[in-house]
Amino acid sequence: MFKILSEQEIAPAVHRLVVAAPRIAAARQPGQFVIVRAAEGAERIPLTIADADSAAGTITLIVQAVGDGTRRIIEQARAGSLRDVAGPLGRPTEIERFGNVACVGGGVGTAVLFPLAKALAAAGNAVTAIIGGRSKGLVILHQEMAEFCRQVLVTTEDGSMGIKGFVTAALAELLAAPADSAQRPAAVYAVGPVPMMRAVAEQTRPAGIRTIVSLNPIMVDGTGMCGGCRVTVGGQIRFACVDGPEFDGHAVDYAELSSRQNAYLDPRCKLDEQLAASQKKGSRA
Amino acid sequence: MADPTENRSLTPKERLAIGRVAMPQQDPAARVTNFSEVNLGLEESAAVMEARRCLMCKNRPCVAGCPVGVRIPEFLEQVAQGNFATAAEILYGDNALPAIAGRVCPQERQCEEVCVRGKKGQSVAIGWLERFIADWSAAHGFTAAAAKPAATGYRVAVVGSGPGGLTAAGELAKRGHDVTIFEALHDSGGVLRYGIPEFRLPKRIVDAEVAGLVSLGVKIEFNVVVGKTITVPDMLKDFDACFIANGAGLPVFLNVPGENLKGVYSANEYLTRVNLMGAWKGSQSSTPIARGATAVVFGGGNTAMDSVRTARRLGSQRAVLAYRRGRAEMPARAEEVAHAEEEGIEFMFLVAPVEILGDAQGWVRAVKLQRMELGEPDASGRRRPVVVPGSDFELPAELVIVAVGTKANPLLTRTCPQLALNPWGNIIADENHMTSIPGVFAGGDIVRGGATVILAMGDGKEAAGRIDQYLRQNKTPRR
Repeated sequence: MFKILSEQEIAPAVHRLVVAAPRIAAARQPGQFVIVRAAEGAERIPLTIADADSAAGTITLIVQAVGDGTRRIIEQARAGSLRDVAGPLGRPTEIERFGNVACVGGGVGTAVLFPLAKALAAAGNAVTAIIGGRSKGLVILHQEMAEFCRQVLVTTEDGSMGIKGFVTAALAELLAAPADSAQRPAAVYAVGPVPMMRAVAEQTRPAGIRTIVSLNPIMVDGTGMCGGCRVTVGGQIRFACVDGPEFDGHAVDYAELSSRQNAYLDPRCKLDEQLAASQKKGSRA
Repeated sequence: MADPTENRSLTPKERLAIGRVAMPQQDPAARVTNFSEVNLGLEESAAVMEARRCLMCKNRPCVAGCPVGVRIPEFLEQVAQGNFATAAEILYGDNALPAIAGRVCPQERQCEEVCVRGKKGQSVAIGWLERFIADWSAAHGFTAAAAKPAATGYRVAVVGSGPGGLTAAGELAKRGHDVTIFEALHDSGGVLRYGIPEFRLPKRIVDAEVAGLVSLGVKIEFNVVVGKTITVPDMLKDFDACFIANGAGLPVFLNVPGENLKGVYSANEYLTRVNLMGAWKGSQSSTPIARGATAVVFGGGNTAMDSVRTARRLGSQRAVLAYRRGRAEMPARAEEVAHAEEEGIEFMFLVAPVEILGDAQGWVRAVKLQRMELGEPDASGRRRPVVVPGSDFELPAELVIVAVGTKANPLLTRTCPQLALNPWGNIIADENHMTSIPGVFAGGDIVRGGATVILAMGDGKEAAGRIDQYLRQNKTPRR
């Protein structure tokens, strides 16, 4: 059992949990994640460690409760504890001193971005954060980011906060700055929905700006055992759980990743369809 | 009930006259619709009769054929006389997990292969008798753990609660050491839990074996991924020795186009979803699983067999096992092959995958295969399959499972660079099961590559003895 020390809804359906997990808090580095199993019989769900306090023995998780599995995590957290929390998993972010870095977060991806941006800033980089959401209420962590970023640009699709439009528009402005200006990033970190990460990678590709994305494929064990989280990077199969979750944004096969992410949206219908079709064809019973 | 004196009086001729018992099993038509165990176990009278088939030969090749050295003739003699409790004492003295070994060991390549009785007819059904005694013990409350031994004051860490780790933990606890198992997953058993399906090894058996260890004083800490949560050097600060049995690792894929289509699984993922996460329970489980009217499984080992039989039970009307060599080269246990055939599994030999084909939504719709023929023997001694040019053909399939082996998991070894590895990333252990770090021992698949449950158990048993020796010679007890 992992005790919940606090639970707070920071945006609609987005919750911040502080979990007592001393070993994970001590071992964790930015970019790593945990696998959470809310209760007996629940799914194993990967969640980025948004922050940690090794002295207090706590980790912070940010959960968007949109599916059955994530809703169950919140339900259990409100009841006081989570059954299983395993980690820290994945490779830590390779933190380098690039100079100017742009950190681009879309929706709850900003929670994944947060520890990377914090570590990059701590390593002496000048970080510009670009945080997007559909509307004002869905923009998270902009105040926390402002504590260590040189600037925080907020974009919303409906214009209810910051710049109206997508994160890519704000990034385009930075990329258009002269090569030696304080605006122009030497590296870009992008975390968010797959179409967003793909769009960012396409923006930075012509100039060859190093672009790192953090991927969130479907995962089961998180320790390399199942290969369910495999992604194609540079034509090679890589496991997000042991080789990632961060990869070269210019080498990822995003179409395949998107397709694999929707595998379980409605598996049952598919079987019924197939069985009906094969019975029609008179195949053996 | 058997007459206790009758067994001794049997002449070899009388023993030879008894035919091998048949294992009662669930009807194939019924069992493909459920996940209950296929083999139902022997009745007492049948077990006694079967044990009497043992010739009590002098050479006892069966004992040497057993990776954990069970005193087979001794325990069979007790079974033949109806002394099941005495048989259990002998069996549990040599093998900590007989209910598991009796079900999953490839007996036909071990004890039963070398059985002298087999040279004159069929071998004694040693595996079934082992299972019989284990199940009898469970039903009659017989426990192997008599008195808890005096504590030695040594602390030993075991990495992984699979067959190797459980066996080592049991043997170490019996010697009075304070044992803690660190398990990466949320439940115990390793491959016994996530890999081997319920219909072959009911999880209540694993639960019972683990409960037995806990009653011996073994502690299990779940959700500890050694190499991530803690490292081997961390463990050595708190423990006097450690046994690494973290098992097989990353699944190997086929390296053909289309492998990342939806509906294509590694056997590890497929079986983990079904077994560990309970997807076999259907809507009662929160873990989804793809199903298909036709399933194709690549591989020829026990994992491939478990996968294809699971797919059949989850609704595949046509379940095909595609193997690139021939029937004789299949590494799977003979009994599983027989059971699979009874269940209507279709075997396709001498075929290899060329490509996996998908539909517009990214789901698998077919596999493209090519025919193979057997050429010269390869490094493993098995004849190497070679492609028959121009023999490509398509097989429609909505579910594809890849069961062609695993490679070493790097999680533990990456954070313990002092640990010597072979070129494949497996830990190197010496004849005492000790690694390049003094006090750190290793066994099972992380040392052997992909092997069997019983070989891991054999390593665990032997390593426990060596660890015991190491502690007494090199370490001071903690109190």
